[in-house]
Amino acid sequence: MGKDPIISIRGAVYSYKGAPSPALCGADLEVLPGEWVALLGANGSGKSTLAKICNALLEPTQGDCFSLSMDCRDPACVPLIRQGAALVFQNPDDQIVASIVEEDVAFGPENLGLTSGEIRRRVDRALELTGLSEHRRRGSHSLSGGQKQRLALAGALALEPKVLILDEATSMLDPEGRAALLECLRELNASGMTLIQITHIMEDIARAGRIAVMQSGRIVWDGLPADFWRGEYLRFGFDEPGELALYRELISRKMIPEGTRPIAEDMAEALCL
Amino acid sequence: MSLTAEKITYSYNEGTAAERPALRGVSVFVGRGGWVSVVGHTGSGKSTLAQHLNLLLTPKSGKIEIDGKTAVPGSSGARELRRKVGLVFQYPETQFFAETVREEIGFAPSNWGLKKDELEDCVRAAAAAAGLTPEVLESNPFRLSGGQRRRVAIASVIAMKPDYLVLDEPTAGLDAAGVRDLTRMLNEIRAGGLAVVQVTHDLKSALEHSDMMLVLEKGREIYAGTPEETASYLAEHPVKGLVLPPLVRFAGRMRQSGFDIPIISGIPAMLGALSEGARRI
Repeated sequence: MGKDPIISIRGAVYSYKGAPSPALCGADLEVLPGEWVALLGANGSGKSTLAKICNALLEPTQGDCFSLSMDCRDPACVPLIRQGAALVFQNPDDQIVASIVEEDVAFGPENLGLTSGEIRRRVDRALELTGLSEHRRRGSHSLSGGQKQRLALAGALALEPKVLILDEATSMLDPEGRAALLECLRELNASGMTLIQITHIMEDIARAGRIAVMQSGRIVWDGLPADFWRGEYLRFGFDEPGELALYRELISRKMIPEGTRPIAEDMAEALCL
Repeated sequence: MSLTAEKITYSYNEGTAAERPALRGVSVFVGRGGWVSVVGHTGSGKSTLAQHLNLLLTPKSGKIEIDGKTAVPGSSGARELRRKVGLVFQYPETQFFAETVREEIGFAPSNWGLKKDELEDCVRAAAAAAGLTPEVLESNPFRLSGGQRRRVAIASVIAMKPDYLVLDEPTAGLDAAGVRDLTRMLNEIRAGGLAVVQVTHDLKSALEHSDMMLVLEKGREIYAGTPEETASYLAEHPVKGLVLPPLVRFAGRMRQSGFDIPIISGIPAMLGALSEGARRI
């Protein structure tokens, strides 16, 4: 893998029909292969629109978008982009298509014209990664909200994408389910998968290698988590979570080393508690 | 005036091979103006309990009492009692169907045979209680932000003028600002005398706002107490799927290491104790 970006968006503008103002007004984002980028921003800042552009679900009205070195405007590339840069939405009910869990996961690979052995392998792996193996024969409607979100993720993973874009896709998970999913994402990222995660959950953000912030349809800050925690967080008007306020105090009093993550357990470890 | 569930037992698919017990003798009490949070892991029975409070489900044993009257399922009295308890389902905005917020909020009251201006008053009052400005009434509910949509869904339940509001995971999917705005709104509604029962696995909002908490695990009541008591209990007896907020977990670690601080402490208190090395040996 070279250093060429796997996603490259320049000056993307997008307006929804009938909307008073554009959702994106000149957004730039470059993501390198293997990166884990957390994309932050208030509701309505354009995060989901940007995600849909990365996945070629929307075509920018102006500007350029290349996903996996393919032009999102080229109709021949669109199916390849959607498969190679898979997108998981917030509401799993919008993306579950089959009535049985394993059949839903198999839906994507079946449409790729793979052999039945390969489909089975992918389905097994995706169910395993998302912790749904024991539920494979269940009706997808009978799953809980968190399990449905994991099913939606399994469906995307079965495509074996190079880039996984998660649009608030962990919002319905309980904290334990989220921890398990983060561990799964960590493994996927370690094995080379590029992750773009739209989230407002601190525990998610703290694990990303890079943070990008959106405001009014543009990327307004892009950098390393440590710089972000030091002060940028407040500048963008995000609510400061309690643990971040504690982290800032502990850092400024030199009670914990720089580079500690603003996670309760990491800070407790650093203080030998 | 209170809403009481007494030793509720319930199983799904009762009498079939797929029978699955969901509640095993759970009790909850909320007085007017109170705020009770029912917390538990996925599958703990908390949504099932919420549906009992609204008389949507009939318990196998135990009873529901609303303002001192036992709700007898299927009776004409039950219908009247049910109207006192508004239930806001999880992700309520997925059930929107109307083209304007006005129509969405006014749907239930429009079936009561109200005059046009009475209906409009009812819609406006419910929207205001949910923190929605009159301009929003003209909007398409599908075009609103996540936080606004949640408010519309809650307003459409408030429009039925309940005395008790039962909410299933009201903060799910909202960002930090959305959660803060929503809980502030619920506090205002409560100040107006409405009782709140919140079913959630968001321990942070439960600890911050409730008078009382009930912890469920696999359909059993495993703890009931004030937020402070519940946080101490959970710090010592972790329950699957319930993760305490980071600062409470941090205070828990300090307490385990011998620091004498309350489980729900402010940052200055924590820093003070840490820098003084106020550790009990």
